Amino acid sequence: MTAPTKFVGRSVARLEDRPLLLGKGRFAADVSFPGQWHMRVVRSTVAHGKLRGIDASAALALPGVHAVWTHKDVAHIPPIPFRLTGLKELEPYRQTVLAKDYVRYVGEPVAVVFAADQYVAEDAADLVELDIEPLAPVLDACGDTGPFDDTHATEPSVIRKGYGDVEAAFKAAHAVVTLALSTGRHSGVPMETRGAIARYDEARDILEMHGAAKVPWWNRDHIARMIGRTRANMHLLEGHVGGGFGIRGEIYPEDVLVCAAALAFNKPIKWIEDRREHLIAANHSRQQQHNVRAAIDAEGHILAIDNEFFHDNGAYMRTHAATVPDLSAAMLPGPYRVPAYRAVGHIRLTNKTPCGTYRAPGRYESTFVRERLMDAIAAKVGVDGVEIRRRNLIGKSEMPYDLHLETLGTHIVYDSGDYALLLDKTLALAGWPALQADLKKRRAAGEMVGAGVAMFVEKSGLGPSDTVRVEIKSDGKVEVVTGVASIGQGVETAMAQIAADALGVDYTSIDVVHGQTDRIDQGAGAFASRVTVMCGEATRLASVKLRDKLLRLAAELMQTEPAALDIINGEIVRRDSTGPSMTLAELAQARPGELSAEDTFLSSHMVYPYGVHVAAVKVDTDTGAVAVERYVIGYDVGKAVNPRLVESQIAGGLAQGLGGALLEEFVYDDNGEPLAVTFADYLMPTAREVPAMSILVTEDAPSPLNPMGLKGAGEGGANPVGAVLASALDDALQRPGAIVDLPVTPQRLVRLVKTPPASI
Amino acid sequence: MTDKTALTLTINGRDHAIAVEARRTLADAIREDCGQTGTHIGCEHGICGACTVIVNGEPVRSCLMFAVQAEGKKIRTVEGLADGETLHPMQQAFMDHHGLQCGFCTPGFLMLAVGVLEREPDINDDDLLDVLSSNLCRCTGYQNIIKAVRAAAEQMRGK
Repeated sequence: MTAPTKFVGRSVARLEDRPLLLGKGRFAADVSFPGQWHMRVVRSTVAHGKLRGIDASAALALPGVHAVWTHKDVAHIPPIPFRLTGLKELEPYRQTVLAKDYVRYVGEPVAVVFAADQYVAEDAADLVELDIEPLAPVLDACGDTGPFDDTHATEPSVIRKGYGDVEAAFKAAHAVVTLALSTGRHSGVPMETRGAIARYDEARDILEMHGAAKVPWWNRDHIARMIGRTRANMHLLEGHVGGGFGIRGEIYPEDVLVCAAALAFNKPIKWIEDRREHLIAANHSRQQQHNVRAAIDAEGHILAIDNEFFHDNGAYMRTHAATVPDLSAAMLPGPYRVPAYRAVGHIRLTNKTPCGTYRAPGRYESTFVRERLMDAIAAKVGVDGVEIRRRNLIGKSEMPYDLHLETLGTHIVYDSGDYALLLDKTLALAGWPALQADLKKRRAAGEMVGAGVAMFVEKSGLGPSDTVRVEIKSDGKVEVVTGVASIGQGVETAMAQIAADALGVDYTSIDVVHGQTDRIDQGAGAFASRVTVMCGEATRLASVKLRDKLLRLAAELMQTEPAALDIINGEIVRRDSTGPSMTLAELAQARPGELSAEDTFLSSHMVYPYGVHVAAVKVDTDTGAVAVERYVIGYDVGKAVNPRLVESQIAGGLAQGLGGALLEEFVYDDNGEPLAVTFADYLMPTAREVPAMSILVTEDAPSPLNPMGLKGAGEGGANPVGAVLASALDDALQRPGAIVDLPVTPQRLVRLVKTPPASI
Repeated sequence: MTDKTALTLTINGRDHAIAVEARRTLADAIREDCGQTGTHIGCEHGICGACTVIVNGEPVRSCLMFAVQAEGKKIRTVEGLADGETLHPMQQAFMDHHGLQCGFCTPGFLMLAVGVLEREPDINDDDLLDVLSSNLCRCTGYQNIIKAVRAAAEQMRGK
C-alpha cells in the first residue's frame, strides 16, 4: 500500500497562480454585460459645506447620458449600517449613499451620472454643477470638542476600557514615564481599485452584484435590506480580488448605488473607481494621537498604564463604527504584564475621508505606543530595550492569560504563547550581540546607524462560526464550498491542503469555492486573520465527516467494513492491500448526489499569535532617507498550513508597515483639501525601499482552541513595523524618545538630525 | 468628441480592427475594444505600472499612450507570453518563487521584466532592481518578485 501523501505543513505551490499568470483573471473591471451603463460619481470638492443645489442640466444634455441621481432620488435608502462595534450613539453619524444637505469631506458622493460609455460618464460628471456654501472645516481631532455642524458634535463617543487600581499604582510608583505619540493617516490601497457591477435578472427576479470582496454574505443581507429586497433574491459574487487589507469589500455608497440603479433602470450598471477617487473615497485608517503614561517600579516593571487617545475618524462612521479605537484600547497591553490599565479613546469627527480598518487595525497604532513606552522605560531605568522587555513579559506558565478586556464581542484571553522563547530565537537569528557591536563601531566612525526590537501580540480567528460543505463530484474531483473570501492570500491552496489530508486525496484535485452567496447561505468572510483558523477547522470537520461517509458507502459496495478501508491518494483501498480498490469517481457515479457533507466550527474566543521584529537602519543625514539594512521577524502561528504562504503574508505586511512608518501619509491642507491624491503624493514602498528580510515562523505555541493548533498569519508582518523602526531610529540618532510621530518622512528626519537635542 | 478613428491594433500577432476616439488610452483599447483584459489598470497616471505592455520591443505604460499612437506597432500583452500550455520562463519563475499574491500587478511586472530582459539580457542586479522599482505591488513585499525575475533572467540567458 502506498503511503498517503500529506499536504498540511508543506509549502506546496498555489492553486491560484496559473490563471493570474496567464492574464485570465477576472477582476471587477473585467466583468461586463451587454447593454451596461457606466456610473460615475460626482464628488464634493469642498471639505465642509451646505449643499444648496445641484444643476445637472448640462450633464443630462450630453449625448449618451441616461440619468443623473442626487440624494432626492435615493432618499428612501437608509444610511449604511454598522457591521462591527456599532455603538448606538454613533448611529446619527452614518453615511447616506449620496450627500444630503451637507457635504463633509472632499470626495463625498454628491451625485451619480449614468451613461452609455465610461468616457462620456466622466465628461458628464464634470458638467454637474454643485452649489455649496463653504463652512469652516474641522481638521484637528485632538482639541476641544464642539459642534461638527448644525446637527452633530465632534465627539460622538468615548471608548473606556480598563481594570485594576490605576490611581493607586501611580501613587505608589517609583517613577512615571509620559509620552505624546501620533500615527499618521494611512490606508491599505490595494493595487486594484474598487469596482461594483450590478445586474438585474428579471426572469429569475435575482439581483446580482459582481466585484464583492471580504464579507459578501453580510453585504448581501444589508444591501438587500437597504434597497427593499431579501437575501433570497440577491446574490453577491466575488471574482478575483486585487488585494483587500481591510479596506476593500465593506459596504460603500457605490455598491448600494449600482444595485439600486440596476433595479431602477433594469440595466446592468458598472462602476469602476479610479485611483484619485480611491485615495479620497475608500476608507482611511490609523490616524491617532496618544497621551500615555506608565507607572513603574525601580527595576522598570510596569505597575500601570494610563492612556488617553484621540481617533481621527473622518466625516462619517462607516461599517466599522468604533472598531479601530476599540482595538487600540483593548490590544495595547500586548505581551507584557500590566497590573492596572486604563484607556480612554475619544472618537472624533473631522472633515476628512471616513475611516475603517487597515491590516492590524488599532494594533499598528497601539504597538507603536506600547513599544515606545517600553523604550522610554528602559531609558528611564538605564537598562537596554531587550532587558526591559524580558522583565515585563507574560510567562509561558501564565497561559492562558486573561487580559480582563473585551473587544469584537469576545473576552481577550491569550490562548498560548512563549514570548521569551521567541524573543531569544529572533535575537539569535538577528545575531543581536554582534549586530550591536558592529553598529557601535560604525557609529564611532561617524555613521548614523542603529537597531531596535519590538514585540507584540496579534489576534486572529474571530468567530463565531464558519460552515463548509465538501462534495465529491461525478468526475472524482472534490469541491469545498466555503463562506469565506479570497483577497489574494492563498485561501484556495490552504483550504485544499487541509481537505486533502482529511480526505486522503491530492490537494490539486480540490476546487475551493469562496465569495459566492448563491453557493452557500451563510459566510462570515475574510477579515481579522480569521480564514485559516475558522474556515480551516470547518473544512477539516466537514472533510472528516465526508470521509466517514465515503468509507461507509464504499464498504457497502465492496462488501466489507468501513474500518477495513482507507482512502489513499484519491483511491478507496483495503487496509490489508487485498482485493480491488475503487476510485472516488466510481463511488460518486454509483451513489449520485450522496457524496457530500457539511459541518460548522464554532468559536467564541479569538486565538493570539505573537511576534518579534528586529530592525537595523542607516540614516542619510543629508536627505533624511532611511535604509533598512537588516530586518528579522519571528512569528509564532501555532501551526503553519503552508509555511511559504505564511512567510509571504508576513513579507507583504512588513512592506505595508514600512510604508506607514516612513513614507505614506494622507495629508490635508488648512481647507481640508486632500494633498495625497495620486501615487506621486501617496508614496508606497517600491522594490528599492523594502529590504530583504529573514523570517522565522515558529510553531511553539499551538492554539488549544482548535485541533490543528492554528493561528492566523495575516497581520503580524505589519503590526510592529512603525514601533521597531522608531526604536532603531532613536538608536541611530542616539537620542532615546526622539521619534514620536509616524511616518518618519525624510523631511521630518532631516529636521531631527539638524536640530540639537536640547532645543527639541 | 465622439469622432472615432478606425485603426488596427496588432496584439500578440493578431490584428484587431477597432474604432476609437483620439483620446482613448491604449490600455482601455486593449481591454475594452480588443477584449484582452489581462492588462490591468491600477492608477491611470503612469506610476504603478500595472498596465505595462511591450510595444515594439519596449515596455510602456499603456495608460499613458493613446490607442491611435500604437497603430502599426507590435503590441505584446500578458496573454501572449505562454507558448500554448507551456508558461513563459518568467511566468514559471513567478509561480516557482511565489512572486504573486492577489495577481493584479502581476501582468505589469511580467511584461516589464520580459521587456527589459529581452533588450538587456545581461543587466546587472542593481540595474534590474531599479527597473523593478518602477512598478508597484502591495501584496508581496517584492522579495519574491525579485527572486523570480533573477531566476527567469538566468534561464532566458541560457536559451
